[in-house]
Amino acid sequence: MPLPKPTAVPPAAPLLEVENLRVSFGTTEIVGGMSFTLRAGETLGIVGESGSGKSMTALAIMRLLPFGGTLTADRLRLMGEDILTADEGHLENLRGSAMGMIFQEPMTALNPVLTIGDQLMETVRRHTGIGRREARDRAIEALRRVGIPSPETRVDDYPHRLSGGMRQRVMIAMSLICRPKLLIADEPTTALDVTIQAQILDLMADLQSEYGMGIILISHDLRVVSAFTDRVMIMYLGRVMEDARANVVFDAPRHPYTEGLLASIPPVDRDEVRLKAIEGMVPPAFAPPPGCRFEPRCAYARPPCSTAEPPLVDLGDNHRAACIRNTGYQFRQVP
Amino acid sequence: MDAVAETRPPRPLLEVEHLARHFTLGRRGLFGGNQRILRAVDDVSFSIGKGETLGLVGESGCGKTTTGRLILRLIEPSEGVVRFDGRDVRAMGAGELRALRRDMQIVFQDPFGALNPRMTAGELIVEPLVIHDVGDTVSREKRLRQLLDRVGLATHHAARFPHEFSGGQRQRLCIARALSLDPAFIVCDEAVSALDVSVQAQILNLLQDLKHDLGLTYLFISHDLGVVRHISDRVAVMYLGQIVEIGPKGAIFNAPAHPYTQALLGSVPTADKGRKSFFTIKGDVPSAANPPSGCRFHTRCPIAQPVCSTTAPPPVTVSPGHTANCHFAKPAAS
Repeated sequence: MPLPKPTAVPPAAPLLEVENLRVSFGTTEIVGGMSFTLRAGETLGIVGESGSGKSMTALAIMRLLPFGGTLTADRLRLMGEDILTADEGHLENLRGSAMGMIFQEPMTALNPVLTIGDQLMETVRRHTGIGRREARDRAIEALRRVGIPSPETRVDDYPHRLSGGMRQRVMIAMSLICRPKLLIADEPTTALDVTIQAQILDLMADLQSEYGMGIILISHDLRVVSAFTDRVMIMYLGRVMEDARANVVFDAPRHPYTEGLLASIPPVDRDEVRLKAIEGMVPPAFAPPPGCRFEPRCAYARPPCSTAEPPLVDLGDNHRAACIRNTGYQFRQVP
Repeated sequence: MDAVAETRPPRPLLEVEHLARHFTLGRRGLFGGNQRILRAVDDVSFSIGKGETLGLVGESGCGKTTTGRLILRLIEPSEGVVRFDGRDVRAMGAGELRALRRDMQIVFQDPFGALNPRMTAGELIVEPLVIHDVGDTVSREKRLRQLLDRVGLATHHAARFPHEFSGGQRQRLCIARALSLDPAFIVCDEAVSALDVSVQAQILNLLQDLKHDLGLTYLFISHDLGVVRHISDRVAVMYLGQIVEIGPKGAIFNAPAHPYTQALLGSVPTADKGRKSFFTIKGDVPSAANPPSGCRFHTRCPIAQPVCSTTAPPPVTVSPGHTANCHFAKPAAS
């Protein structure tokens, strides 16, 4: 069944505006110079390996950074409303009703001593103030909508009685029960088997076309992200390396890291004699390379790469990449 | 490479026949009640030729990890035969089994859990040599340097502790440890699953190089179809404790005959096609403690017929060396 196209939205005020977002812990910068906008009904994929800062970006947008984390930004707005300066009470109102989040491991995100009904009802009642009976009906309806069989009885089950896929459905039901405009899904299918993953992605796409929310899908899996999103942002060591439409990322990547990432994935639909692995490993965040963050592992690296960080350059057609190869730097010899 | 994959080697290094492991689940309730039996692995047969890699793929709970451990007798089989190099592994005594472990090694998914955090990398790599009383201090030191080099670690890494390594380096360490006794056969149980994709590619390349240079034979267990396709010569697909399809990798990936294999492949979002549809199958994997009657896949199968819920399908040879356990698999023309 084909994924529905996101509903076209007139270029009014963007749902989410992020400009020069920076997350740091002490003197260590985890994310830097992050800018993007997301419109209603649009899906943005953020891809990166561990330590790339993708999850911290998500937590920063929700203003849920762990203790010790510092968030700064030139702009961080949800539906025109400034999130950066919002007080905690207001943020609590926004979380769940205006922006929802799905985490990787539903078992740790769900409370094991409350029934799933209790947890769903808690969310609805917190944000709407309706009565218990009505909240219970809405919880059952939400469970039905995410494809949980016999929701009338399942609503009284505890999380451990459900399979991993079913738990993730509950998480989706919970995050969407108040119809948020923005949904952030952080590795929502990583802990799931591939047949279940396909079901969950399918469900998320269905719900998006129905509710028209903007989605940020965060994953280490480029394949999952590309199959689901309109636009993909590739992150590496706290920086956006490339930002483009999903098919463009695959067909014409303009950053060596994206290229390397693509070549590292063993394809399912053809044979590859040998993978072109990226050499070395991700440097620690507390000691990033002085120039381009990818320079020590880059096959194309040239002297200028180790001295200055290349800016994210607009290549037209909504394609951005942070590599000097795209800015007229001439290489005498391409390796 | 494909030529190797298409022809089945004459003498298998490992033969597995009707292997099964049943776990008895705890009695429930105050007065015991019914005992339930979980058939984690149920009547599994396959063979692996010398120098060959068999990929074992399936979703969580399908019994692929248990199969790997049964072969090494890390878990005792309930039924069936495991023959390694012609010798019956199940009939071996403790001494014989110990000697066998020099030939058969395993690399686990979580390299951190597999390594003693209080031992240095050098001690960890040499430990198998010490346990098996191989060589003296000088020759072990030499072997250690060889192994570090072989898996792409530097000599100075030997003095470090596991927590000082990255995930990829730890997996290199585990591989060095597995190689220390010069085994012929290695079970790789989700050996690259916990690694970032760029590091995963490095480890896959390393495993391929080792296989080529040392003539190793692998049983490669993974849930990742791309990884399995990349590393395997032949592939076995497991569902609920049974192998539902087995064959050369080209046949499995290009012409899957079992609906479950087709569903697995259809569920993988393919990288280069961009936004595309998934082929989804309904439902969850049923419990292995209470598997469906007949064909175990019939509860989720898109082409199931009444016969599927009553009769377990026999293996059907769809092409040379390629069999599928499905009532509706088309047999080879011959």
